[in-house]
Amino acid sequence: MSTPNGTPTKITQGSQTKGGIGESTLRPDGTLKVTGEFAYSSDMWHEDMLWGQILRSTVAHAEIVSIDTSEALALAGVYAVMTYDDLPTEVKNYGLEIQDTPVLAHGKVRHHGEPVAIVAADHPETARRAAAKIKVEYRELPVITDEASATAPDAILVHEGRDDHHVGHVPHPNIVHRQPIIRGDVAAARERADFVVEGEYTFGMQDQAFLGPESGLAVPEEDGGVHLYIATQWLHSDLRQIAPVLGLPERKVRMTLSGVGGAFGGREDLSMQIHACLLALRTGKPVKIVYNRFESFFGHVHRHPAKLYYEHGATKDGKLTHVKCRIVLDGGAYASASPAVVGNAASLGVGPYVVDDVDIEAIALYTNNPPCGAMRGFGAVQACFAYEAQMDKLADAVGVDRVEFRQLNAMEQGTIMPTGQPVDSPAPVAELLRRVKAMPLPPEQQWLSAGEEADVRQLPGGLSNTTHGEGVVRGVGYAVGIKNVGFSEGFDDYSTAKVRMEVIAGEPVATVHTAMAEVGQGGVTVHAQIARTELGVTQVTIHPADTQVGSAGSTSASRQTYVTGGAVKNSCELVREKVLEIGRRRFGSYHPAWATAELLLEGGKVVTDGGEVLADLVDVLEDESVEVEAEWRHRPTEAFDLRTGQGNGHVQYSFAAHRAVVEVDTELGLVKVIELACAQDVGKALNPLSVVGQIQGGTIQGLGVAVMEEIIVDPVTAKVRNPSFTDYLIPTILDTPTIPVDVLELADDHAPYGLRGVGEAPTLSSTPAVLAAIRNATGLELNRTPVRPEHLTGS
Amino acid sequence: MRVNFTVNGRPQEADDVWEGESLLYVLRERLGLPGSKNACEQGECGSCTVRLDGVPVCSCLVAAGQAEGRDVVTVEGLADFAKQRGEQGGCASGASGASGASGSCGTSLQDAQGWSAKGQDSQTGEGTELAPIQQAFIDAGAVQCGFCTPGLLVAADEMLERNPNPSDADIREALSGNLCRCTGYEKIMDAVRLAAARQGEAV
Repeated sequence: MSTPNGTPTKITQGSQTKGGIGESTLRPDGTLKVTGEFAYSSDMWHEDMLWGQILRSTVAHAEIVSIDTSEALALAGVYAVMTYDDLPTEVKNYGLEIQDTPVLAHGKVRHHGEPVAIVAADHPETARRAAAKIKVEYRELPVITDEASATAPDAILVHEGRDDHHVGHVPHPNIVHRQPIIRGDVAAARERADFVVEGEYTFGMQDQAFLGPESGLAVPEEDGGVHLYIATQWLHSDLRQIAPVLGLPERKVRMTLSGVGGAFGGREDLSMQIHACLLALRTGKPVKIVYNRFESFFGHVHRHPAKLYYEHGATKDGKLTHVKCRIVLDGGAYASASPAVVGNAASLGVGPYVVDDVDIEAIALYTNNPPCGAMRGFGAVQACFAYEAQMDKLADAVGVDRVEFRQLNAMEQGTIMPTGQPVDSPAPVAELLRRVKAMPLPPEQQWLSAGEEADVRQLPGGLSNTTHGEGVVRGVGYAVGIKNVGFSEGFDDYSTAKVRMEVIAGEPVATVHTAMAEVGQGGVTVHAQIARTELGVTQVTIHPADTQVGSAGSTSASRQTYVTGGAVKNSCELVREKVLEIGRRRFGSYHPAWATAELLLEGGKVVTDGGEVLADLVDVLEDESVEVEAEWRHRPTEAFDLRTGQGNGHVQYSFAAHRAVVEVDTELGLVKVIELACAQDVGKALNPLSVVGQIQGGTIQGLGVAVMEEIIVDPVTAKVRNPSFTDYLIPTILDTPTIPVDVLELADDHAPYGLRGVGEAPTLSSTPAVLAAIRNATGLELNRTPVRPEHLTGS
Repeated sequence: MRVNFTVNGRPQEADDVWEGESLLYVLRERLGLPGSKNACEQGECGSCTVRLDGVPVCSCLVAAGQAEGRDVVTVEGLADFAKQRGEQGGCASGASGASGASGSCGTSLQDAQGWSAKGQDSQTGEGTELAPIQQAFIDAGAVQCGFCTPGLLVAADEMLERNPNPSDADIREALSGNLCRCTGYEKIMDAVRLAAARQGEAV
């Protein structure tokens, strides 16, 4: 089979760009993206290709009595219809950690929208119509929707006969994983507390809502294998799950990253990958599958909705005595990333504060609700919403300013986490709060700033023209959060980079090849910057990401600049050593510095650390090319003890603080966020423009779940009620405030260039800051997010 | 059915179009112009925004047959469209209203049909001539995943044509039909302000 048109991620950055790390160099894929030529997975095209379609369950929990595909198969233009019975091997499930997710439903469906059958046809509409002609008879079962129904003594088990490695330590088979963290003596500490506050909090189900729906193209190959062009967050993790189901060795499943239209955790799990490959191998033709938005809401996991129960105590001088909490995450029908989300929620459950006596329990449930897993912030988001509400409550009880109260208890370098792990790099929590508080506040009644007439666009309700300022009250709120960076709990979190250096057209050129998924975050920009810094070249080619090079790990957990950036840096250093060896061989006898000095590659030349030029790279390399492929690892971590939660589980922490300014129309319950200021420590901003873009984007995803975003699941049927952008609202540019950002750079000496993962921390503190501001404006308690108008008007 | 219309200044003929197909589908799947994106298919996200006889529309909501005999501009043709407008002294460049018989801002049908996009064969896009709004999106860091970018560019370019000196509230209002999930919109605001400022300098 030939190559499909468009090799989307092959990018060369021009020689006019000199930028190394620390500069705001521009995206190498920018031009392709603004001209419409960047090939996203949904843009892939191959002659003779078919369109795949997935039939999904219309009910949440049922036995499948029968499936009749005959009418679908009879439709003109249909090439294949496949069900569970057509799966080619004994491996019929997949999953990130626990392989509990059926490729196609077997005898039972466990959530609304579960894949039951797949179709390939010559037109997408034909495929849709064929799927609609498949007759599935369901015998409905009672649905498990919350902790009470999941753990009732007679509860139906969502998964019979579990044999995963968590089943031995959970109190009920409908609990995926449980992680307690016990440190100190909460009962004794409570005795010392002058003030104790309690709260019960609810966090709604948020969707990643990346704009580019799940999609990909599977092309059968002559050796019986398949080449999958796909948008994902981790090519090698996909490969490990896909190949066994197809009955192919991994080398016969080639994967190339196509353009990815955002991810935010929603592409960590497989979606249509196996389905497209199955249909391609069955029909012998290329098969493309593209979800529409409706299907996308069923096609990926969501952020875990949660119930959180907290008790905080403090002395009258404002020092935290203890925290006791219980975090119940709804994992839905399949495990996905639930165990790791539990570990994060528990270990980060008290926030960036010093507290010696803690009693934390986090669990994730199996239910018949939509499966939940990774989303930006990953367990730390839900906890931050609750502990920051508690910190405000406790500050008020003690009678201390809310920011000051946080600063009094702020962790710093050297603080011991509830897991017993020391924080061994800068933790400027109090400083971030100081900075965000010091920013000037937006003017009062800013809707009058344009003149004497109110500009309704700047008021709650906007162009609906619901107020000209009457009933509008301003509020200000603060929050701060802590997020881990990288994969935790003993995971072998490595990355691989292949770097080549050679002379092309009289100029030294570096090529960087990794399997890193560029999902929009700008990793490709940073890789080129690192290569320029380490190798002294201006021309860097970023090779398309594929599985012809070792794993880069996941584009998640704020880890790629740290880990794959670290791998690129490491491979560049190894290339540099080899280049210098060649130089010593060729030119060493001409100058003693070749043997004695620290040598660098700068401006296309070999120079001493004193700046003396020894040779041109062009002359050193001549027609030789130097290539290194190497794995790179950060410091190892440990698992958390299953009874006490103790262990050096995390690699690095990331901190951000927000101040939210809101205006609330208290009569109608409408909220306008006026400003969301953020201060964040990033260790070292490798690309300041991209760093600020990450912070602003994360901030607005936090705003979304504060005031509008929620997947509504019917509590009786467990069916999703709002799977569309008409009914699931994400912030528009009109809902979005200005976002001033203050970036602090305190190096983490353990990390490459001192950098700190950036992407997730701003998503944590944004939500509780907005909630705090709304509480400040309205005086209401508001223990759930998102806040809806009826929560503010009481009607 | 067969649909005849003009896309980026070139006459196009799409055959075997099923009556239910949208303009977006025909552009992407039949004419090889995948720049316009499908992200919601119900007119909520603006990723498929194109200009139909000069008016920005969600092409997912336009039946292909409705485009018969009409003129479409997509992101692929935006650079040439803007260049042509500049050469003709359209409103966006601050010159008098040569773009329409009435002298109003906006591009007349006659103008829209009077230009054509050039071929573009660069693999990397380097050296490509860009519309000012395209360059501003790159320079301001307004592009992350880029899936919303084509629709935003078409919408923002059209707004700057009508309103060369927009206030922030004007920009937000004009772009409120275009969802972006990556940027938090701040750098999109920066990009539009930058394009407006550069336009102003060029006068």
